[in-house]
Amino acid sequence: MTRKSLITLVVMALLAILPPVFYWTGNAFYLDLATRLTILAIAAVSLNLILGYGGMISFGHAAYLGLGAYAVGIPAFHWLYDGIGDWATNGLIHIGIAVAVSAIFALITGAICLRTRGVYFIMITMAFAQMVYYLIVSIEHYGGDDGLVIDTRSELPLLNLDNPLHLFGLAYVSLVVAMLLVNMIVNSRFGMVLQAAKGNNERTVTLGFNTYLYRLTAYVISGAMAGYAGALLGNFTTFISPEMMDWRASGELMFMVILGGATTIGGPVLGAAAFILLEEVLVDTLGWLESPLHSLLGTEVELSNFWHLPFGLLLIVIVLYVRGGLMGLLGRGED
Amino acid sequence: MAALLEIKGLNKSFGGIKATDDLTLSVETGELHAVIGPNGAGKTTLISQLCGLQRPDSGTVLFKGGDITLVPPHRRARLGMTRSYQITSLIMEMSVIDNIALAVQAREGHSFRFVAPARGDRQLRDRAMDLLRRVGLEEKAEMRTVALSHGEHRHMEIAIALASEADLMLLDEPMAGLGAEETRAMVDLLNGIKRQHTILLIEHDMDAVFALADRISVLVYGHIIATGTPEEIRGNEAVQHAYLGEEA
Repeated sequence: MTRKSLITLVVMALLAILPPVFYWTGNAFYLDLATRLTILAIAAVSLNLILGYGGMISFGHAAYLGLGAYAVGIPAFHWLYDGIGDWATNGLIHIGIAVAVSAIFALITGAICLRTRGVYFIMITMAFAQMVYYLIVSIEHYGGDDGLVIDTRSELPLLNLDNPLHLFGLAYVSLVVAMLLVNMIVNSRFGMVLQAAKGNNERTVTLGFNTYLYRLTAYVISGAMAGYAGALLGNFTTFISPEMMDWRASGELMFMVILGGATTIGGPVLGAAAFILLEEVLVDTLGWLESPLHSLLGTEVELSNFWHLPFGLLLIVIVLYVRGGLMGLLGRGED
Repeated sequence: MAALLEIKGLNKSFGGIKATDDLTLSVETGELHAVIGPNGAGKTTLISQLCGLQRPDSGTVLFKGGDITLVPPHRRARLGMTRSYQITSLIMEMSVIDNIALAVQAREGHSFRFVAPARGDRQLRDRAMDLLRRVGLEEKAEMRTVALSHGEHRHMEIAIALASEADLMLLDEPMAGLGAEETRAMVDLLNGIKRQHTILLIEHDMDAVFALADRISVLVYGHIIATGTPEEIRGNEAVQHAYLGEEA
């Protein structure tokens, strides 16, 4: 087994064991943190399929998280206020809508975005995501930019998503499936073409592959997976707002992939974990420094609001000096 | 012999420069046809138009009797045409055998297959290994492409061209940047595969061309000024003047 797969296994084992232990020992907060981490990791894994393996730097991936979350929120909203049938709380229908809407959105926008390259691709993916953002902002009926409270979670057979352990379990199993799926795809014939097109598109085209179609297919698969993650995220937060699909949220997903190590299966998970935990640690540390600083300066300073500053510096250092992200750092010495 | 590839009255300009000027050329099935010409004669522009990466301003390209002038590059590959690159164009991040296996994969139609691992596919791997053996690179199969020498990259280009089992191989300066010994190895390699394939060889290295070609066409300023056997070309005064310069 390679060192990278070993790291991935260790990370996944810790992620499976620690959160429930925290929960049972009275630290429910950490289970919540782990659930959020796991759901975002699914989105990061899906982004890695196109960003890492496909070389398509999408700056609009949070749009799918939003679409997926609203696919839960909007039917639940109509169920509560308009009394439409109970099917509107059925989780399988929610997930079906989330995946279908995301796939269609990816197909339409991807067909256009993939005609561009480089910086233009980055900008146009971001533009489409912002389009969805402003669309949701403008629909007052669903709360506009105030967002929407989801009054009832998706109903699934055997599971009760109101139970945080069940929700975490579902997210965890989904993450494992997502990782296996991406692993299968990138090692298939399809995956070979996808990676070849990233390395040398012209060569791949002259070999006889219509790389546009291969890229578009990967783009749609990736979008559908992220939409699924969005449905889970809606169930987790029970409050959805356009914020979720803001360009900053897309940037965070990109960071998770790059921080953890693109073109590795475990990298995005490691990146999501590092991202979420670091955010938590920095906010805590800075908050803890507030009171000594208060007595020193005599004025109140809300230091924890500035956690982005050390965080950003750390990210810059990692991107500049660690090739292949955290996975590259930990798995050094092998190809 | 029937013409496999026929180019009729091809023109292509970039701004005021005529890179291809009323170019007419035919390649017959089974021959190794070389196109030579001084620097800037339009050799690479010609090959780009033949494989569809550039669109001619006018003229037609017939392949197996069908008009392919406007057919996109990936479809030409399907029709049975393959090219190698003057500047090495490989997928550097992938291993040597992955590069070749990809070319074998291309031969087998679409690759919208998502489940079975491609590297575990005996059919692909065995065929790729055979090809690497033919070009003498079987021992480097698992190495990363970027780690190989320039000469070895050129051999990989030939293996990829062979993998396509194309009816026509367009070889764009396979000797480019090779030392004397590497050039000899390449000539031997091409001698071994000629006759089994129809080859249009665009090449700078005169000794190699005269050692390999059945027929030679001389390209000067985008126009073919002469076509003939190596002996005919050697004796052609216009060619000597244009190609070898005033001192000849």
